[in-house]
Amino acid sequence: MSSKNNAPYRYPDERGRFGPYGGKYVPESLLPALAELELAYSAARDDVTFMAELEALSRDYAGRPTPLYHAGNLSRATGAAVYLKREDLAHTGAHKINNALGQALLARRMGKGRIIAETGAGQHGVATASVAAKLGLECVVYMGEEDMARQRLNVFRMELLGAAVKPVSSGTRTLKDATSEAIRDWVATVETTHYLIGSVVGPHPYPMLVRDFQAVIGQEARRQFQDQVGGLPDMLLACVGGGSNAIGLFTPFMDDDLRMTGVEAAGLGLETDQHAATLTAGSPGVLHGSSSYLLQTVDGQVSLPHSISAGLDYPGVGPEHSLLKDLGRVTYLSVTDAQALDAFKWLTELEGIIPALESAHALAALQGGLLNLSPGESVIVCLSGRGDKDVQAVADLRGEPKL
Amino acid sequence: MTAIADLFRQPGPKLVPFLTAGYPHKSSTVELVLAAEAGGAAMVELGMPFSDPLADGPVIQRSSQAAIANGVNLPWIFSAVRELRARTAIPIVLMGYINPILKMGPNRFLQEAAEAGVNGLIIPDLPPEEDRKFYDDAKEAGLSAIHMVTPVSAPERITYLGQQAGDLLYAVSHLGVTGTGPDGETALVRYLQKIRQATATPFMVGFGIKTTSDIARLAPHADGLVVGSALLERISAAPDPAAEAERYIRSLVAAMGAGIHE
Ligand SMILES: Cc1ncc(COP(=O)(O)O)c(C=O)c1O
Repeated sequence: MSSKNNAPYRYPDERGRFGPYGGKYVPESLLPALAELELAYSAARDDVTFMAELEALSRDYAGRPTPLYHAGNLSRATGAAVYLKREDLAHTGAHKINNALGQALLARRMGKGRIIAETGAGQHGVATASVAAKLGLECVVYMGEEDMARQRLNVFRMELLGAAVKPVSSGTRTLKDATSEAIRDWVATVETTHYLIGSVVGPHPYPMLVRDFQAVIGQEARRQFQDQVGGLPDMLLACVGGGSNAIGLFTPFMDDDLRMTGVEAAGLGLETDQHAATLTAGSPGVLHGSSSYLLQTVDGQVSLPHSISAGLDYPGVGPEHSLLKDLGRVTYLSVTDAQALDAFKWLTELEGIIPALESAHALAALQGGLLNLSPGESVIVCLSGRGDKDVQAVADLRGEPKL
Repeated sequence: MTAIADLFRQPGPKLVPFLTAGYPHKSSTVELVLAAEAGGAAMVELGMPFSDPLADGPVIQRSSQAAIANGVNLPWIFSAVRELRARTAIPIVLMGYINPILKMGPNRFLQEAAEAGVNGLIIPDLPPEEDRKFYDDAKEAGLSAIHMVTPVSAPERITYLGQQAGDLLYAVSHLGVTGTGPDGETALVRYLQKIRQATATPFMVGFGIKTTSDIARLAPHADGLVVGSALLERISAAPDPAAEAERYIRSLVAAMGAGIHE
């Protein structure tokens, strides 16, 4: 499992490749902007003023570090020592703020006054709209009409924050189409606009950049675990949509001797075609600017995914996860809508924490005993977001009257 | 010499209609290509429909979805081209996104495309450096690789793309997707002149060309003019799509001549 005896894990290469995955499969008009972004990022990373501003905002604006919480009741219920990395306590309610802050500061550094983003659950849209308000940047968020209906609360939050939410009615009217529409906007406005992509997907340098901004999750968790327990945990666990909260937790542990598990959305079940388990059930392809695993038909058309969780309802996945799967460095599982809903209830009742439905997928793997954890082994679970946004959807499923 | 290189060695601008393969119906494609030729088209682009066409505006998005719903896939497109080859020698370029090609297998795709009688390829989401082997293999198979240049392409980049392409370039008229623009006329003409200076490779211009006056203005500055969304819009509303296509293309070709001889 460990890469101890091999060369250290260092990706992407200078062409933006994670092994066979990644790259820049984009229209010619975007290549100069990607090159500009790459340059700006590598300069910013070495600029102590930039990094100090990001750190100060992460602390005082976003509320970092988020706690690492030893969940006693979950531990008793599972026999493992369960630690929750509390991204649900970050400003705007999910890990998405880490990336939004980093990229918005970069946009300002590049002199781009307009930001566009795609959103599924609305969490990334809310995080982006918030930092745009704070930094005085114009903000447009693309969101599928279907997602707007399931996440109305977040639509209203974005509007309160001053963002224009543009409904996307093409294709499946979900995250995939919102992403395509954001890219089309960017093709037309690339000289004045920064595309603030919300996960470790898209063309190089995005998967690298978003990973680096999310790696704060794992850096803190590693330190906190060492302080509270000593040593390293036996396992890391996170849900995978595009894969940003997972890669953020995993990255600082990549060269360590421990197990990592990513949990995808199996929707109504892998035996149906109603799921979003890209790594488990997909095959390599190209979508939204990079090569990665993809849910697709025999003709290479992108399939319609399904998940109860809007944030996981995406037919692609980050290129780095595709490589980590092939290397066997990370194990990828999937859990169904029903399992995620059970875990949503489980955490809420046992620990008094309402998780996002996305994060509930990771918890479901723990609840369902899918992880081969021996008694007493320790696991850090990325609790990527809080469930306030999902309360209405859960009430609807239970047949409750509109809240 | 390839058919496309040969065509673009001839003086004067050429009209190049874009048609989504299998739209509005599978049975329309052969008829529409023949009608385009009868109307004076010099070459035809056939769109290979993809579920997520990043570089396309609403008209081509909708026609692509309709074509996919009609059951269009790559093997079907090759069969349509084979059928056409029994009836016309007009150069045919396939335009589409890389994923369906990778799914079929790039080697099989190139071999079957060449055997069917395809002359060139435009893959908007595959810049030349992303997969050199694919484009080398395409040329090896006798297919012209047509790269795109844009208003934000630096002169050195245009020179490079011209060298890589060899036979023909596609100048995107403005920053944006198909069916929109072009914007300021003087900026556009200056951009086309910049391409001319940076490369000896012929180029056609496209994205958002709609009217006979667009055609007349641009014809003196380019080797070819591509009309896609505007054509698809017309045929989607027409009782007889082939007749409408022929009529519309004839009017554009006439405007092109007028533009040149002004
Ligand atoms: C709370 C939460 N967790 C996870 C995700 C999935 O994204 P990723 O896989 O990039 O972490 C989302 C996306 O919206 C989210 O809102």
